[in-house]
Amino acid sequence: MIQDYFNLALKNLKHRGIRSWLTLLGIFIGVTAVVALISLGSGLKLAVSSQFGVSSTEVITIQASGVQYGPPGSGAVTPLTVDDVNAIEKLSNVKLAARRNIGTVKFEYKDILSFAYSASIADGKYRKFMYEEMDAEPLLGRLLKDDDVGKIFLGYNYYAQEKGWGEKKLIPGKKVLIQDKSFEVIGILEKKGSFILDNAVFMNEKDMKNLLGYGDNVDIIIAQPVEKNSVDKLKEDIEKLMRKRRGVKIGEENFIVSTPEASLKTVNSILGGVQAFIVIIASISIFIGAIGIINTMTTSVLERKKEIGIMKAIGAKNNQIFLQFFIESGLLGLIGGIVGATFGTLLGIVGISGINSFIGAELKPHIDFWLISFALLGSFSIGALAGIIPAMRAAKLNPVQALK
Amino acid sequence: MKEKRKEDREVIIKLEDVFKFYKMGDVTVKAVDGIDLSIKKGDFVAIMGPSGSGKSTSMNLVGSLDIPTHGHIFLDKENISELTESELSQIRGKKIGFIFQSFNLIPNLTVKENVMLPMMFQGIDIYEREAIAQELLEKVDLGDRADHYPNQISGGQMQRVAIARALANDPEVILADEPTGNLDTKTGIKVMEFLQKLNDEGKTIIMVTHEPELAEEYADIVYWLRDGKVEKITKRNHKFNVEKEERKLEHIKERKKKLHIEEEEKQLIQKHEHDKHKKLKSKKKVSR
Repeated sequence: MIQDYFNLALKNLKHRGIRSWLTLLGIFIGVTAVVALISLGSGLKLAVSSQFGVSSTEVITIQASGVQYGPPGSGAVTPLTVDDVNAIEKLSNVKLAARRNIGTVKFEYKDILSFAYSASIADGKYRKFMYEEMDAEPLLGRLLKDDDVGKIFLGYNYYAQEKGWGEKKLIPGKKVLIQDKSFEVIGILEKKGSFILDNAVFMNEKDMKNLLGYGDNVDIIIAQPVEKNSVDKLKEDIEKLMRKRRGVKIGEENFIVSTPEASLKTVNSILGGVQAFIVIIASISIFIGAIGIINTMTTSVLERKKEIGIMKAIGAKNNQIFLQFFIESGLLGLIGGIVGATFGTLLGIVGISGINSFIGAELKPHIDFWLISFALLGSFSIGALAGIIPAMRAAKLNPVQALK
Repeated sequence: MKEKRKEDREVIIKLEDVFKFYKMGDVTVKAVDGIDLSIKKGDFVAIMGPSGSGKSTSMNLVGSLDIPTHGHIFLDKENISELTESELSQIRGKKIGFIFQSFNLIPNLTVKENVMLPMMFQGIDIYEREAIAQELLEKVDLGDRADHYPNQISGGQMQRVAIARALANDPEVILADEPTGNLDTKTGIKVMEFLQKLNDEGKTIIMVTHEPELAEEYADIVYWLRDGKVEKITKRNHKFNVEKEERKLEHIKERKKKLHIEEEEKQLIQKHEHDKHKKLKSKKKVSR
């Protein structure tokens, strides 16, 4: 029998003017925001993480930075050196400390010139550690070995995306020019979903040093703790050591020691801020939406006073009138919810494909059946709740008065 | 059928010393100021009176839309002056069919859905509702208009839909408040003919009107109200009377002539002949 009230409510909604639909804007915006936020979910996190170069393994990275005070440009960066790498490795709770140099190189293939981000790979035991840290697996060909000279392996995007060099893909065996020197491509990395790794050119330390001539300077030191749980303690130790080596006081550090947790914390706090903002907007919208529904339903009760009188005259009981307006109001909310959930999901899909093309990942939007059901149930409930007072007013109308 | 129309028929509605007062500011309006009346099953009753005579209020009381300030109202032996609003609704829906001056169809619903609505409030399932509604619409010659909306049909048709709706729950009593008030003479007659037909089938009809002509022409009993009181009651011979029927027919004819619609007239006469034939047949059956 409840079905009859739904049918009746739908009939009435069909004949509603644009005024009623405009009041749904609040519910629509709220539901859209929440559904889009959750559909983007992991994608948003990855997008932010990849910008911070967050790695999942338990390593500490040390980078030089400019002085924290003074006018811009006044603090030249004092680079890290091989001596710093060795000093850090001597710490008792450090298992390995590896050097990594990075640079921007001229990259030429099929007469098309571009600039690429290159990263060095150290020799020996450090090589294995670095491969582990990057979680590097070849998709095609192989990774570099210690005695490889004039060889490189490339991030996934050199293979998958046409970088303007026609239909022929870059595959192992092809020769490319880097800084006008010929290098042979020996491997392609699996897709990492990270903008940096998927677009990088990897070469052995010796090759890169010859190419870019940075001598003993080091861009990044990657340190592996002896025990996994001692990351925080190790961070403090390294900071202490580096302050001493570079002669700076606490608070004036011209270097950055970062742990995955610290980076993750930054990412989470940024995401948390964004999410909180969206949730606040969504709540306000939904609240306004509910008031809109109260308003439109109250108007509707007044406009349909006579209709209510007729229904009472032909035998509608108070609770039947109440039910009809209550359901109609709920459906009004539900329609806002359906439009919002659809729009939110679409926004999620578009957003994720945007992130995918930006960081070169293959993420799928998080389309959660339960979330959508919950959003729809929620919007029906909000609508119905908003309709309680108007529905009670309708139910309590005196038939004789209503029919006048 | 007409055998039922004897003095020993059951009383269906009884008002005992009923008063209804309204407060308008400091003034108490005595809309109904002590009315006694009893209506028997199968009666065609008219409540007449000038505006302000209390006829609308009496109608609301009889139709259980309102409860009296004093006195008792019995509908089918049940004292409805003591019921709650929801109980009243239930009774109204089941035992009384309303016909209003301004038709009062629900504009968002089709003709058929309008007829189905009272059955929905009684919890009848949808298939049965649809079947009954279609049947009733055919009875008022609107079977082909079932899916039209009220704004797509004429006033006379709307009033016939209202009649079908009033019949939806097969009520004992049909309450008609100025049923021809918004109609022209021609369509008004058609509506009255339908009411007459329902009365012939045994329904109790209570009609409020301010047109004495209409009251005298169709009603068996006329209550004349003035200042919230029954001023006089006029009765007509209840026996089935061919002469009376002929008179009625003559009357209709005269009206038709006035309107110069000969085509309509023929049809009506034919229809009446047919009905009379049927009535005589059913009369034979009953008396057997």
